[in-house]
Order: sequence, then C-alpha cells, then structure tokens
Amino acid sequence: MSAIVLDQVDPQKRRLLIAVTSVVGAGAAAAVAIPLATSMKPSARAIAAGASVPVPLATIEPGQQIVIEFRGAPHWIIRRTPEMVMQLGKNDALLADPKSESSKQPAYAKNVSRAIKEEWFVVKGVCTHLGCSPTYRKDIGAADLGAEWPGGFFCPCHQSKFDLAGRVFKGMPAPLNLAVPQYMFADDKNLVIGEDGKGA
Amino acid sequence: MASIPKPLSAPPLGGLPGKLLGWVDDRFPLSTLYKEHLGEYYAPKNFNLWYYFGSLALLILVMQIVTGIFLTMNYKPDAKFAFASVEYIMRDVSAGWLIRYMHSTGASMFFVVVYLHMMRGLMYGSYKKPRELLWVFGCMIYLALMAEAFFGYLLPWGQMSYWGAQVIINLFGAIPFIGEDLAVWIRGDYNIGDATLNRFFAFHVIAIPMVLLGLVAAHLTALHEVGSNNPDGIDIKKNIDPKDGKPRDGIPFHPYYTVKDLVGVVVFLAVFTAIIFFAPEMGGYFLEAANFIPADPLKTPAHIAPVWYFTPFYAMLRAVPSMFSSQFPGVAVMGGATLILFTLPWLDRGKVRSVRYRGPIYKAFLTAFVISFLILGYLGVVPTTVWGQLSLLGGVDTATLVARVLTVVYFSFFILMPWYTKIDKEKAEPLQVTF
Amino acid sequence: MKSIIKTLIAVPALVLCLLSGGTAVFASEEVALDTAPINLKDQASLQRGAKNFVNYCMNCHNASFMRYSHLTQIGLTEDEIKSNLMFSTDKIGDTMVSALDPKDAKEWFGALPPDLTLVARVRGSDWIYTYLRSFYRDDTSPSGWNNVVFKNVSMPNPLHDLQGTQVLTKTGEKEEHGHMTPIMKLSVDRAGTMNQMEYDLFIKDLVNYLTYMGEPARPARTQVGVIVLLFLVIAFFATLWLKNEYWKDVK
Repeated sequence: MSAIVLDQVDPQKRRLLIAVTSVVGAGAAAAVAIPLATSMKPSARAIAAGASVPVPLATIEPGQQIVIEFRGAPHWIIRRTPEMVMQLGKNDALLADPKSESSKQPAYAKNVSRAIKEEWFVVKGVCTHLGCSPTYRKDIGAADLGAEWPGGFFCPCHQSKFDLAGRVFKGMPAPLNLAVPQYMFADDKNLVIGEDGKGA
Repeated sequence: MASIPKPLSAPPLGGLPGKLLGWVDDRFPLSTLYKEHLGEYYAPKNFNLWYYFGSLALLILVMQIVTGIFLTMNYKPDAKFAFASVEYIMRDVSAGWLIRYMHSTGASMFFVVVYLHMMRGLMYGSYKKPRELLWVFGCMIYLALMAEAFFGYLLPWGQMSYWGAQVIINLFGAIPFIGEDLAVWIRGDYNIGDATLNRFFAFHVIAIPMVLLGLVAAHLTALHEVGSNNPDGIDIKKNIDPKDGKPRDGIPFHPYYTVKDLVGVVVFLAVFTAIIFFAPEMGGYFLEAANFIPADPLKTPAHIAPVWYFTPFYAMLRAVPSMFSSQFPGVAVMGGATLILFTLPWLDRGKVRSVRYRGPIYKAFLTAFVISFLILGYLGVVPTTVWGQLSLLGGVDTATLVARVLTVVYFSFFILMPWYTKIDKEKAEPLQVTF
Repeated sequence: MKSIIKTLIAVPALVLCLLSGGTAVFASEEVALDTAPINLKDQASLQRGAKNFVNYCMNCHNASFMRYSHLTQIGLTEDEIKSNLMFSTDKIGDTMVSALDPKDAKEWFGALPPDLTLVARVRGSDWIYTYLRSFYRDDTSPSGWNNVVFKNVSMPNPLHDLQGTQVLTKTGEKEEHGHMTPIMKLSVDRAGTMNQMEYDLFIKDLVNYLTYMGEPARPARTQVGVIVLLFLVIAFFATLWLKNEYWKDVK
C-alpha cells in the first residue's frame, strides 16, 4: 500500500483553495514588490538637492547671460535689450516652431518672447538634440553664422541654431525649441527657478 | 476501479502550453528536472516540525540577496560615508528603513533557522552514511555563513562593527609566525580602515554570496541523490511497493511538501514581520545599541561582544587562558569547535540514525551538548564577571570556570562519541515510519 | 524524546534570560533610571520638543542625519519650520547642523559635542530623561558641573536657568554588602524659571522629540506592522486549509 490514497480528491475544492492561496500569494508579492520599487524613487536627499534656486537680478547688465545650475543642468537668465525683444517677432520665416506648439514650456511662456516679462529670458541651456549646452551668440550677422543671423544660441556639437527666445531654426538636427522651466518673480529684483506657485 | 495506479505525475499539458513545453523539453530537461526534484521526488511522509528549517533557510537566503541588492543601491562602502549612508537609507530613501530591518533581522533569523536545521541533522542522524557529503556541504555552508555575517557586520561602520572586526582580525594575528603579516594582509592596512571596509564589502556583496549559492546547490543535489532522511532514521527505499516502484512510506514532494512548507513559510513570516515591525533591535541583540555610534578608532566601547550567533564560540575563546604568552590556544579551541562538526559522520559508530532509537548514553551526551552550547552562548554575551569570583580557586571568575567546564562538555560530545556510540544499548528500529 | 522536550523548554527559558538581560550597552548598573513618558503620537509634545532641541541643544550639538523637511511628519508646515526652527540655514531640505565651529568646541569643551540624531537609540530614552534632570553643581570639575548618571561628563548644564541649580547632598547612610554606603540626593538649591513639574514637562517633550528623531519611521513601522500581521493571519488559514485538503491523501 502506497502512502498516497486518492479516494478523497475533490478537484473543485482543490481548485478553489489553490485560487484562494494564489490570491493571498499575489497580495504578499505586491506587498514586497511595492516598497522595493518605491525605494528606487528619488530620495529626500535628491529632492532637497533638486530644490528651487533663487536668483538675484540686480547685477545683471542688459544683454548679459548668467548660468545657474538647477537639478544638475545649466539654466540661463538673459536680460534682453529692447532691440533683442523687437527682433523676436521678425524671425518666423527662419523657425521650425515659432508658436512653440511642440516644445516644453509652462503656459506663461507660450508666447513670442517665451517669458513672463520680455526683458528676462529664463531657459534651460540644454540643446534638444543630444544634450550639449549651446553658446550665447548675441552678435547680429556674425561672420561665421551668416548675415541673416538675428542673434541667439549656437550649439557647437552639431551646429543647431536657436533664436533669442530659444526657438529652433528650420532644418536643424535639434527637433524642438529649448525648454523653459517653471519659474516666478519673487519680487522685481529676484527670480526663483524651479517653482511658480502653481504646483509641481 | 482503477487498474495499475501510476506514479502521481501531473497529466500532460494540452494545447499551446503543451506545445511550448515540448519545445523547451527538446532543448532543456525542464520536465525531467521537475519530475526528479519535485513531482516524483519521494520524501518520507513523517516529516515533523524540525523539517521546516531547510526550506526556510532557502527563503531567507533569497530574501537577504534581494534586500541586499536594494541596500547596495544606496549604501556607500567608504569609511567617510558608510555610517551616514545607512542613516540615509533609514530616513531619506522611501521604505529604506523596511529594507534595512529586513536585512538585519534576516541575518539573525538565518542563524536561528540554520542552528535549528543543524539540530535536526544531529537528532535524526542525517549525517550518517550515505549522507556524509551532504553534511560536509552543510558545514561548509555554515562556515561561509559565518564569514558572510562577519564581513557584513563591518559595513554599517558603527562602534561595534569596527571594534568587533578589530578583535576578530587580531585573533588571526595570534596565529604563530604568520599572524602579524596575515592580519595586515586581511586588513589591507596597518589598522582597520577604508581599505578593509571596501574589501569586506566586495566579499559580503558578491564573493561569498556566490560561494553560498554554489554550496546550496551542491547541498540539495547531494540530498536528492540519496533521498531525505526522516525522524525515525530508517531508509524508506528499503520498502518499495512493487505495484508502482515507489517507497511505501514516501510521498511526492510536490504537491504534499510544497503546500506544507508554504504553511511553514507563513508562520515564519509572521515571526519575522513581528520582529521587523515591533522589535527590530530585539533588545539590542539584532541591532546593537553601540552600533548607532559612528566608528571611532580612538575610543573602545566599554563592552565588546560579537553578535549573538557567534557567542558560544566567543565564550570558548575567552575561557581558554593564554599560554606561552599567546592567545593562540583560545583561537585554536574556537576554530576546532567549528571544524570538529565536519568529522561527525565518522565519529558516530552507532547503528541507528535517529535519537528515538538511541541508547541512554547518547541521549545524555546530546542533551549535555545542547545545554552547554546554549549556556556558552549566554556567557559569550555577558562580561566574565557576571557571576562573581570564586575565592577558593584564586579569585577566578565563576563564569570563566563554568565556560571551561562547558567547553570540555561540548568537545567530549564529539571526542568520546566513537566510544559511547559503540557501547550504547540502542533500541530496535521500526520497519515502517511512525506516522 | 525526553531530550527533545528538555531542549524545547531550555531554549525559550534561556531566550527569556537573554532578553531580560539585554539593555542598551550604556545602561548604568548603579543608578536607577526614571521611566521617560514617551508618546510618539503626541504631535504637540513632539513639536515643543523640536523647539526645545533647536533652541537649547543645537547651540553645540548637531543632528546631522535629520532633515528639517522631515519635520512635516510631526504636523508642522514648511513655513512653520522655516520661521520657528531654522536659524543657521534657509533651505528646508538641509540637515540640522549647529552653528558651532568644531575648532571652538574642542577648545572650550575638550571634545566635540557628539551628534545627537541617534542618541536615543544608543542611550535609551530613560537614560536621557534621567540624565537631563540629574546635573548638579560641582566645583571640583572643569565646567563646574557634574551628573549623577554620567560621572565627570564634560558637558556643562545648559538648562540650569530653567531647572535651577541642583546640589548633591548626603542625607543618610544605609547598609549594603556588609558596609555603610551614603545615601545621596539631588535637590534644587537655587530656583530657575521653571518649577519641577514644568521642567519635567520640558524635558519630557525634548526626550520625546529625541526618541522620534532617532527613528522617524517608528510610528509608520508599527502601523504597517499591524496590517501585515493581520494579513499573515489570513494567509495562515488559507495555506493551512490548502495543506489539510491535500494531506487527506496521505495515509
């Protein structure tokens, strides 16, 4: 006589019990997997390091660009002169996306100057092609960039061109206008990059 | 009724799953492996409570590896950052505290489970022929586990981590002639420091886990080659049912022991989670208070003790006085206490396997062995002054005296075994298991 | 069989011995510690304790593993934290670091005041509670202060203007181990701004906060634990049911 005698097998009951145990097991697996997966989210330290950056504006001259690090990437603040602002409306023929339909910016930067106040241009200085940081070329009609050059940004890696509102030229390797981050004016003399009081 | 009953293999899969399985089976022995190790691996039907600990040890090994991987994502093995990185995990990493507690509790629970697993082996003679190699692999796993725990304990870089490692490495330094150079080589420096921490990290995270996995695979292979023992110690393969060619007292591991072990897992998890969520420090035994202070090479804690699972051997080490101005005799005794386990299959001259059928002398020695191991464990935790002094014997600490006696008891279990197992009056083993 | 039973009795007995003996390494053998009335659910107490810690302890001590932003867990808003608790920095994500220069500390106290983030896990809440109420005037010590719980501590008493100045006096003798030992008692010699009840409350809040700061995850830990154990009870019955059903086959 073998140790196993299959005279009391109730297949339906066994299927039910296996199902119940499987549900419990799935619950246990989730209970284990969820904390493990959540632990990989940015930690409190990463969030603290990624906190918004206040920028005082008093010392920035007209036409000057300053570079601020925010969340590990270079961000520019450019104090545009009235001439630079005026030039912005005339570039449309050169640009791939003059109305910033595809690019990344907050609602208040979806305009011609791509800014809250036309004088202060805040933009993420990372080329939308492969991530290099373009050079600031405010010189109009520069020799190496052609007589048509209206002033803007030129990426040395693969020669993408952007205007003084960060909008990409037609036919460039870069597909999109430069991204504009969330920012706000704490007051007339101070900017904060990274938050705008409208939520994350 | 049914004609000749077939072995209890699952009915063949039909349809697409069946075809997929067939494709795999043509290229990889999946179904064969399943049959040999699960569906048609016949284990004795009389496994009791003592038989849960093998599968639990495997579960804990997997848990330690998984939690270890997630800890390594945030831990920094640099003397300047290690301690802070552990607190970073506890505070700034989402659910980091849970992963840390699972790992620290898992380490202690690993030893609880492994000691109980070894106790089963002792009681039921699971080390006797033809399972000597199985036992030897198990002893190697025990050694690897102790090394793994030792290397891992330095990583939090607390006071106890640092000074505990200092003491243990100095033990290696006590070995005659080569000791000094050996200690420097182990440390990678003249003192425990960043070099030591980094290499202990490498050992703990990758080297020894790989060794452990390999040894566990060998351990299970050796087990399946000869089949499992049982609480009665009799060989179930000697009683085959001619109708199906399977042992009369055997049942397929799957589904019977898979569902039974599942219950064991749930009970274990209840204990495990009770500790993690309600007492992760376990009164200072699983997470020692002094280890919440960053390592300070200039300040020795008042009371250095190894973690609880090493304390029986630590008590033996302390009990042996230094001879010829060397600590080495104590080190040798401590090492010998661990290594003598390997020789067990050849010391035992008894005819029966299980303690159930052993004679009174063996039972007395086994009981004395277990009690001495437990009391030695307690003595390793407390200072040697805990029971005062015996002025009669020149003011020696009572606890040291007791530890010496118990060390002798511990060793005599092994050393006298060839004698007492031969002369002992054993009982007759049953022909079939008691169920 | 009998040896197994003996073992099964001996093991839990010994475990109980071990657990009762195992307290924090620094538990003083001679001094009886008062029980600290810890309640980690009392957010008002924790908030007062945080204020006490920042105002009195952080002049010298760091809590460099504790981020200000985590204090939202005890019911404070980021603005409340910024305006009431942050003096040496303005970034909410920063850790609680004292303004004291380590060089000055070494010169004035002889040693760097230890970081207090984990002090509750090292010493235990009862020890800290007793310690902070056990300073007394001692003209023979370098700082002019001593402490019953931590003999010859190099920390001066930062709270004496609140508690008042205590002195340690002999009030009698008692027989112990065959010889006479003096009975020493602490008493307030010069009153501070708080009476004993107020000061004890101040310290209770502070120690409550220190306990919380040692392990901020503790409240969450116990809460989740209850749910997990309930789940495992259900899992136990489910798996036991499954096992019993299959084991009907085994004869």
